[in-house]
Amino acid sequence: MSSAPLPFLLEIGTEEIPDWMIERALAQLLESLEAIFLKEKLSFESIGVAATPRRLVVRAYELQARQADDMQTIKGPSVEIAYRGHQLTQVGLAFIRKHNISGDERTNLQEEKSGRAFLGALRRIPGRRTVDILAEALPKLVLGVHFPKTMYWTGKGGPRFIRPIRWIVALLGDEVIPFELAGVRSGAVTSGHRRLGAREIAVTTADYEQRLRENYVILSAEERRHKIHDGMAGVRVKRDDALVETLAYLTEHPTPIVGSFDAEFLELPEEVLVTVMRHHQKYFSVEDEHGKLAPQFVAVMNIPSDPEGFVRRGNERVLRARFNDARFFWETDQKKSLAARVADLAHVTFQAKLGTYLEKTERVKALVGALGGDAHAVRAAELAKCDLTTELVKEFTELQGVVGGLYARAQGEEDAVWQAIYDHYKPESMEDAIPRNRTGQIVALADKLDTLRGCFGVGLIPTGSRDPFALRRAAQGVVKILVEGKVDLDLAPLVNDPTDGAKALTEFLQDRIRYYFKDVRGFQYDEVNAAMAAGWSNLVDLEARLIRIRNLRSSPDFEPLAASFKRIRNILDQQKFTGTSAAAIDEKLLQDGPERDLYDEYRSIAGQPIESVISQLRPKVDLFFDKVLVNAPEDDVRRNRLMLLGTLLLEFSNIADFSEIVTTS
Amino acid sequence: MSSFQEIIFKLKQYWAERGCIIQEPYDVEVGAGTMCPETFLRVLGTEPYRVAYVQPSRRPADGRYGDNPNRLFKHSQLQVILKPSPDDVIEQYLASLEAIGIDLRKHDIKFEEDNWESPTLGAWGIGWQVMLDGLEITQFTYFQQCGGIDLDLVPAELTYGLERLTAFLQVRDSVYDIEWAKGFSYGDVRYREELQYSVYNFEMADIAMLWKLFELHEGEAARLLKLYDPKAADKQRFPLLPAYDQVLKCSNIFNTLDARGAISVTERVGVIQRVRKLAVGVAQAWVDQRQPAVAEVAQ
Repeated sequence: MSSAPLPFLLEIGTEEIPDWMIERALAQLLESLEAIFLKEKLSFESIGVAATPRRLVVRAYELQARQADDMQTIKGPSVEIAYRGHQLTQVGLAFIRKHNISGDERTNLQEEKSGRAFLGALRRIPGRRTVDILAEALPKLVLGVHFPKTMYWTGKGGPRFIRPIRWIVALLGDEVIPFELAGVRSGAVTSGHRRLGAREIAVTTADYEQRLRENYVILSAEERRHKIHDGMAGVRVKRDDALVETLAYLTEHPTPIVGSFDAEFLELPEEVLVTVMRHHQKYFSVEDEHGKLAPQFVAVMNIPSDPEGFVRRGNERVLRARFNDARFFWETDQKKSLAARVADLAHVTFQAKLGTYLEKTERVKALVGALGGDAHAVRAAELAKCDLTTELVKEFTELQGVVGGLYARAQGEEDAVWQAIYDHYKPESMEDAIPRNRTGQIVALADKLDTLRGCFGVGLIPTGSRDPFALRRAAQGVVKILVEGKVDLDLAPLVNDPTDGAKALTEFLQDRIRYYFKDVRGFQYDEVNAAMAAGWSNLVDLEARLIRIRNLRSSPDFEPLAASFKRIRNILDQQKFTGTSAAAIDEKLLQDGPERDLYDEYRSIAGQPIESVISQLRPKVDLFFDKVLVNAPEDDVRRNRLMLLGTLLLEFSNIADFSEIVTTS
Repeated sequence: MSSFQEIIFKLKQYWAERGCIIQEPYDVEVGAGTMCPETFLRVLGTEPYRVAYVQPSRRPADGRYGDNPNRLFKHSQLQVILKPSPDDVIEQYLASLEAIGIDLRKHDIKFEEDNWESPTLGAWGIGWQVMLDGLEITQFTYFQQCGGIDLDLVPAELTYGLERLTAFLQVRDSVYDIEWAKGFSYGDVRYREELQYSVYNFEMADIAMLWKLFELHEGEAARLLKLYDPKAADKQRFPLLPAYDQVLKCSNIFNTLDARGAISVTERVGVIQRVRKLAVGVAQAWVDQRQPAVAEVAQ
């Protein structure tokens, strides 16, 4: 029995889901639904997801309406036991009764391997209706979506989800897939825009999206993004894709409007104005034709129009109040210089076990000196944390550092100093730039290293996803600054104080180094392992060697040679051979032919870069392994051979441990 | 145009029509309506409850001598508790805004993620800040835990910032300019209070005296909690509510000391812990008090 494939629609109607969680939830829904179809052997043409803040939607097209029938084989006793002549024995009959086997199903089965025959049955298992399968699977699918922070709302012990579920549309063709979830019965009724749409709207799989549109809900995030972009055409908006994304998932019917503010606020630093607009009000800022901030902003409403200007004026008033606050803080803070605030840092906790920011400042200053920072760097380190005592940073914490830099500039500090303060939290992510000058790089390094050493020292070590002090970001920042700033210094001695949890911290940093070169810079993992095995502490040097390895890898001789090096490493390890030294090779013991050739080759290439010798070295190594038995019966010959191989390995081991390279052959 | 007090009347009327008991402000100083027993203790346990009240909320550190148009030492919250929260709680909330004259078809409403947490009370919830034309007018929270206890019924807590809401409706840039009642501005009614409490909290409060008071109230709360006996047959009459008042006193004194700059870094976390311990103690005893005494069960 077959029936035509059907469209499938699931809409989970909720209260407003945090914008940044929505796409991740959709990806999970898509994956889980696909897994169900696969497991249940249901064919489909395509699956798609969509969402607004109030609904998560999964749709499938041309979904098989019923599983195909399945043939089940039931194996019974062998024919010798089951039959006497053509008559079933007691054993045979018992089998037939136990499985309730009909005359049509009964058959003899031949086992292929042994050729033996058994009494058995072939039974047709009718496929289940997709509606029934989904009615069972969907509640689990929905509640199985993982969110960073969930809630319960129906009472203690009730189901958990990101926000309360208020309605569910579940349709396969015209039929409702019946189930209940958190006290809500699935149906064919959705809900429109909170204020402009109808509260209950009957839908079909065919008219669902159109009915939502009529009720002021634009289902497609892509369309909402476009609507935001189009609504800003003609305004010189500072590009901000992340904000577009946020607003696309904060609204069901986004419409940008342009507001303005008093130009006198432009006397405040641009950073402060932009932060207020961007982070506190979710406004786009606007530039004039010279790229300077213009006294305008774009807000995005969740309604189609503002004919009477209520929304524009409301937002303008809110912004005015915010800017007034900022100006008040800016002026108040200036009454006390950063230098005069150092002592106040004794009242700001860095971390309970690690004391105050005053203590941190002292440590960072000392560390700046140890890193070779000049007087400017020491001055910047002394003032770097002082903005934590300012009203402006208390109000706009995300401006820490930046505000300190701006105040330092206003208070006449040197460029190198104020820029270093301004930049010292950078890089805040892998995409963020490192501090713009060396002074800033040194201060940023010292600040981050101090945090890492301090936290590891008191056992605050990140585990899994728990990293409350953002130590991963700090370590990543250290790596990025050292490499991209080409800061030529050794990391290992800076993190080897045993009271600082040196072992754990060293491994933590090595992990971050691996991650940086592999995932950010695109080196192969074996290249990174090989290069780090030859030294990981100086990242400028490590990067240079990694580039050499990557270039070497294109040589046809590289992988075979790497394979030989791995073989050498294994032989040396097996023989527990150490103490390699070229001078210890006894030339008299060398056998003429491949062994002496290899030795001569070694003598001629020693001290040269591997790039220029690889093509002549490789055949000699190959031939050696081809013709020479390393494990010679004579003890002194064997030791001499091991010495030769060890010496060869050592010759190039300052670039990388090539035995770490994974070869295809 | 509605005055400040008319807006309060309308909101109270609106929620009274939806089954809320209209309470008066609690008569012990609090930093937020959440801290009143009508919220903090009533959300515990299995009995449904609906209540609304205006709570003057004192935040000594937010005082600005009456100079700042948006910041106040003491602001007024309309606190609504719906326990358990009805399925259409958001619809009911939005309709309350329309009841005070906001035409939501002409304004922009957004629900932005904002989860609430009070370490001092061992309480947290999931919710939003409700933005009206870019202005935060309400904190909306589904309580999950209070006093460190998972709640049996999940209450919705709506906290309206009444000064802001009124400034919005009356189109005023300063809260001091809003009309409280015909012929009286908010400033007429409250300016002197803002000024004098700012002076007291920031400049003149006697630190040694406050510490002494803190310890006295803390001691009394601790003493009572120690006396509470879950097995006592007459535990229902045990004065947990007075014990909780002592905790509220501690909290307000702590806030005043903090504004006065009298709490050092090292002390701060410890003092919050001390208050939290008392609040959690009261909450746990409160839940227990509603249960029959162990002795009765045994009979």
